[in-house]
Amino acid sequence: MLCLLLASLRYVPAALRRTPLYDKHVEAGGKMVEFAGWEMPVQYEGVGAEHAAVRERCGIFDVSHMGEVEITGRQALELLQRLLSNDVAQIGVDVDGGGAQYSVLCREDGGVLDDLFTYRLDTDRYLTVTNAANHERDLEWFRLHAGDFPDVVVADRLEDYAMLAVQGPVARGVVQAISDRPLPPRMRAARRRLAGHEALVCGTGYTGEDGVEILCAPEQAPALWDELVRRGATPAGLAARDTLRLEVCFHLYGNDLMVERGPIEAGLGWCCKEDTGFIGAEAVRSVREAGPAERLVAFEIDGQGIARQGNPVEGGGVVTSGTMSPGLGVGIGMAYVPAAQAEIGSALRIDVRGKMRPAVVKQKPLYRKGS
Amino acid sequence: MAEASYPEDLLYHAEHDWARIDGDLATLGITWYAQDSLGEVVFFDLPAVGAAVKKDESYAEVESVKAVSDVIAPLSGEIVEVNETLTDAPQTINEDPYGAGWLVKVRLAEPSEREALMDASAYAATLGG
Repeated sequence: MLCLLLASLRYVPAALRRTPLYDKHVEAGGKMVEFAGWEMPVQYEGVGAEHAAVRERCGIFDVSHMGEVEITGRQALELLQRLLSNDVAQIGVDVDGGGAQYSVLCREDGGVLDDLFTYRLDTDRYLTVTNAANHERDLEWFRLHAGDFPDVVVADRLEDYAMLAVQGPVARGVVQAISDRPLPPRMRAARRRLAGHEALVCGTGYTGEDGVEILCAPEQAPALWDELVRRGATPAGLAARDTLRLEVCFHLYGNDLMVERGPIEAGLGWCCKEDTGFIGAEAVRSVREAGPAERLVAFEIDGQGIARQGNPVEGGGVVTSGTMSPGLGVGIGMAYVPAAQAEIGSALRIDVRGKMRPAVVKQKPLYRKGS
Repeated sequence: MAEASYPEDLLYHAEHDWARIDGDLATLGITWYAQDSLGEVVFFDLPAVGAAVKKDESYAEVESVKAVSDVIAPLSGEIVEVNETLTDAPQTINEDPYGAGWLVKVRLAEPSEREALMDASAYAATLGG
């Protein structure tokens, strides 16, 4: 009875990459699956328990498959301002670390190549975190455009970092207890020693909860993982990462973002500052001014059923992400729909493998703390 | 149910379904391996009583958080009862796949089809240990 999707999740070819925490996942009972060329834990005990651990206490995710690109030099800001949609000049830096900023990477036509967090490490030094599936393409794009800026170096740092996300209402407390100094606040990144290991601690995440993301040397990751688990962080896999992010309507590249669509229709106009002249700014500006033909909306299924990526929406839309929300107990998702259907409260009809399921467009995020 | 188990009194289909035959009626469900592979089941779309099921063909869908999977009929017949409790508690399929997590009962159309099904040890052997 197992369909192809499941079969592909179970099949793990030999050429897949492993993070430095692979043995830790197997030890913890992780069910390993292919994800963007990596062998990653989709779950340990179960997605429900892992999701709840992050919402109620503290979960720990291995996100070492994500890539890093370091941009250094007197023209680092100029290059990033050209590439990234946000106003990179707004990312500050001081003696105790720097700011963090979310942005998209666009083509000239405004199509989204990736969505990225960029951390300022020093006056002329930035670190951009890429999605695993896009890392090579992003790197090539950065290097191509770096050619116009003689005083900038673009370095692939994928091999130099492991990355852990520690998320949940008590996550900061768990990490603070092993940190040599106070943790950086939200949207800041700073160097700290965690249980004696050098790390870059970032006040960012992908779950809608408080917490930090930690970048460290790959060889130090297993000891740091053990220490955080020992102090109460629950290992959580890709399945929980997906339900957590979808409840708070964070985009997943490849589902909700793609080169065929731009940031305005994706609801990411807030991180596009066209006046900076980034690649794609003119296309983004014209969509913003004219109003997009379609918009990415969040929805809840009205009644039974779960819509999935690719399900058509009556009237010309398509579901890009869909799951059962552990927090809300209903099918939820995001879909691109014609702008006229995108109002909060609009009724949608989604074709779920031949069955028409009613759904309602909801305010983002779908899940709010204490709701 | 945390440990793999394949009861001796059931017959098995290669697509990870089981049948418990009682005269011309059979109770159908999915195996421990199937529910473990799926992960936590969050939705079972009940088929209609009276619907025909055909051996080797899909008669329902079961959904976990990550995946949707067709449920294949191990035997042909007509659905005479569906497990209504699964609407509110689909996780019963994980907790008790051979008991309270049964899916449907069918009146068999071709009782001889059972000859093509496997016993527990033959099925367990297909899972590669």
